[in-house]
Amino acid sequence: MTRLGELLFAPGFFQSAEVTRALLLGSMVAAISGLMGVFVVIRGQAFIAHALADFGGAGAAVAFLVRINPVWGFLTFGVLAATGVEFLGKRAGERDLSTGIVLSVALGVESLFLYLDTHYTGHAGAPMLILFGSIFLVAPFTVPIIMALTVTTGVTLDLIYRPLLLSSIDPELARIRGVPVQAMSLIFVILLSLVVEEGSLMMGALLSISLLIGPAAAATHLTHRMGWAMLWSALLGITAMWMGIVLAYDSFYWPPAGRGWPVSFFICVLVLLFYLLARLSSQRSQVKVRVARKCDA
Amino acid sequence: MMDWAAGKDDPVLALDNISVQFDKRCVLKNVNIRVYPGEFIGLIGSNGAGKSTLLKVILGLLSPTQGTVQVGGPADGKGERLMGYVPQKLFLAPDIPLRGRDLVALGLDGHRWGIPLFSKERKRRVSEILEAVDAARYADAPVGQLSGGEQQRLLIAQALLTDPQILLLDEPLSNLDIKSAYEVIQLVSRIGREKGIAVILVAHDMNPLLGVMDRVVYLADGKALMGQIPDVFRSDVLSDLYGYPVEVLNVQGRIMVVGGRNFENNGYPREAICCESNEVL
Repeated sequence: MTRLGELLFAPGFFQSAEVTRALLLGSMVAAISGLMGVFVVIRGQAFIAHALADFGGAGAAVAFLVRINPVWGFLTFGVLAATGVEFLGKRAGERDLSTGIVLSVALGVESLFLYLDTHYTGHAGAPMLILFGSIFLVAPFTVPIIMALTVTTGVTLDLIYRPLLLSSIDPELARIRGVPVQAMSLIFVILLSLVVEEGSLMMGALLSISLLIGPAAAATHLTHRMGWAMLWSALLGITAMWMGIVLAYDSFYWPPAGRGWPVSFFICVLVLLFYLLARLSSQRSQVKVRVARKCDA
Repeated sequence: MMDWAAGKDDPVLALDNISVQFDKRCVLKNVNIRVYPGEFIGLIGSNGAGKSTLLKVILGLLSPTQGTVQVGGPADGKGERLMGYVPQKLFLAPDIPLRGRDLVALGLDGHRWGIPLFSKERKRRVSEILEAVDAARYADAPVGQLSGGEQQRLLIAQALLTDPQILLLDEPLSNLDIKSAYEVIQLVSRIGREKGIAVILVAHDMNPLLGVMDRVVYLADGKALMGQIPDVFRSDVLSDLYGYPVEVLNVQGRIMVVGGRNFENNGYPREAICCESNEVL
């Protein structure tokens, strides 16, 4: 039994403060991303989420240059971009274009500041850190910030759950029922930016949405109920996060030995795996539904 | 059919002299509509006649350039709360994690804050209305995988749960096959009569509604005519409305409105300055 334990968890896994912190932060980020993700999937806003992450990345690059904690760069730029996307593209048709414009500006600014970062701070690893993240290197004082963000986002999502769902299903119907649809949309995209920037701190700007979209998309194949989908999505995200952290820790001894593989890589692959399995299982159950219908007629 | 002109009830919806102008273009011109409790109204017009603009005005989503809208009689000014709205179609991903009954339940409390808490009363009301619209069979199936007719029934159930005085259906028939369309009409008409709810059904074809409509609102070129079917569907009356000769044909109990034979009149001025004019229809 201990042999198996040693095989799964490389020595020092449970003693390392970095690992404990990564597990704690990772669980929070995966959980809140999973909850939000279901709404992102039903609102079709995956593209916006990606743009927000990249804009946050540009902010982090700026923060890196002026030597403040990247978390502030991620957050301010993320929220600004969220507001910008919302006001640039009020109509659904325009939104795709305005998101595309915001995204390209984000990447452009990001490329400039990442260049300046490596030039002026002497940190050759800055681009890698901002774009692909490093969950083991998150500064201890970031923990309360992440906690506060997670709780705030969770509580707000809980509060606006029903009007948000109604306006995601049919905005006009929601408006007639007295739901402030535009405010819902703005609040949601700001929450989205907060969650995405949290993810960016762990997974990097480029990969932060993998915890947002994949688990939620998988969950919609596993259940037909909103609440269960959100629960599944959070659970799948947390599982991918924990397995990713274990694998990344173990990979310290994999070639080229002496440096672990990026956690983000493992998480993305695991999320993809979960998604494919979920699709497979739902395809089988859908065939059953179809057959049952035919006999009914 | 009842004689609405007697007017012993207060109207549940009153539109007076409604005009809507976008830039220079007049979309609605002096529209007057009165709807009484329990009445079935067909709101008929072809594409571009101003149906959706009128619908938005009634729903309170658009304020008219001119005129007044009164919902629910002069006494209670609750406005759109009294209106149950059935959208034309849902644009949902097939794998949206939402069952039929979840969609319907949003009619009950979808506008409230927070997450829905389990309550027996809530469950009972949802099941009851699902039975009433004959949708209980597929209430547990995911909404995105249901047919247009099935979704339509759920949307009607959802609207009924808002406890409306007016049920507004935006082109419910345009995505349905003939049989489903017939069933939806029968359903709405039955429920309207049973519960005393006024039904306003928007459609471009009046024929499926001929047996159930109490009165018709016919829209053409932004102008509206309201009345009993035989009074509205007359060649002279509709020609006047269109400002262009049309003929109303009666083919085996069905009504057809076709363009007149005199094509010389094709150059009839469409862009009349409307909002100033006070022609009474």
